[in-house]
Amino acid sequence: MTATVATTARPRVAVVVFPGTWSERDFAHVGSAVLGWDVRLVWHLETELGTPDAVVLPGGFAHGDHLRTGAIARFSPIMRAVEAFAAAGGPVIGSCNGFQVLTEAGLLPGVLMRNDHLEFRCDWQWLRVERTASAEPWLADLADGEVLRLPISHGEGRYVADPATIDELEASGRIVLRYATADGTIDPAANPNGSEHAIAGIVNPAGNVLGLMPHPERAAEAEVGGSDGLRLFRSLERWLQGRPAAAERRL
Amino acid sequence: MRWLAEVRVTLRPGIADPEGQTIASGLRSLGYDTVTEVRAGKLMRIAFEAETAADADATVADMCRRLLANPVMESATWELRADEEQQAAEAVTG
Repeated sequence: MTATVATTARPRVAVVVFPGTWSERDFAHVGSAVLGWDVRLVWHLETELGTPDAVVLPGGFAHGDHLRTGAIARFSPIMRAVEAFAAAGGPVIGSCNGFQVLTEAGLLPGVLMRNDHLEFRCDWQWLRVERTASAEPWLADLADGEVLRLPISHGEGRYVADPATIDELEASGRIVLRYATADGTIDPAANPNGSEHAIAGIVNPAGNVLGLMPHPERAAEAEVGGSDGLRLFRSLERWLQGRPAAAERRL
Repeated sequence: MRWLAEVRVTLRPGIADPEGQTIASGLRSLGYDTVTEVRAGKLMRIAFEAETAADADATVADMCRRLLANPVMESATWELRADEEQQAAEAVTG
């Protein structure tokens, strides 16, 4: 038996690619070039994720969004591995179409429906962070009440769930991002799609699975107009540093 | 035996349907002032094989539950019939 393997500071991140996914390269660029992560693109027909520290479900139009957004992607072979990784507590982030896939797969509750005004909305959006409960690893570095500015780009982002589910999300502090004004006020005029309770992002009960409609990977360098997206990725890094590396966990 | 199922997927009552509302508004602007509501949905025709009518019905129910409708906001109804045209064609060529 070998001694403890030296931990590497480079997070290993698997980015899942479905036919029709379009944000995987942005995630890969930010992960590799901006953050220095070890990023691997994983085609949806694969059945193994490898041994990542985190898994990304990027935005796009997986399988053409036919039937419903995320409905077909849910049955892609790689999703069995994503579900197992999430169930074991592994950090999973689903942005935009990735959020839609997570709801269809049952890893997060509710559904994302057509925007109430029926328009595709591509814009910068203010978001209020809510951290009344644990939402690590993705929000480890963020404080309750902080306001982020991130891009949105979707036609189907209206979060809908039955009243009991919404009540449970509210009571358990699992609504972690809401559409807001620049000063953090929740105002119907700042809600870009008609989402119930201005919901822009939620986590699962354990907090390790985050689904959000905004695109943090498109706001990770000042050159593109903002870098608030880095806050989520730095949160993940800090959280990963605070726990044993995968090689140690296996011993 | 070959069957044809016509599956209708509609939004559950109470779920906002902006597409239906927009269609309703279009109809009213064409002069159909009496239109009070439009609900949009999906129609799928599915041809498949099953031994008996009961098997066929159970299969469609399973398809709806597992893929065709998302119970969070949709419900599904269907009509099922034997694909007689196909069977007649097979009888001629067979």
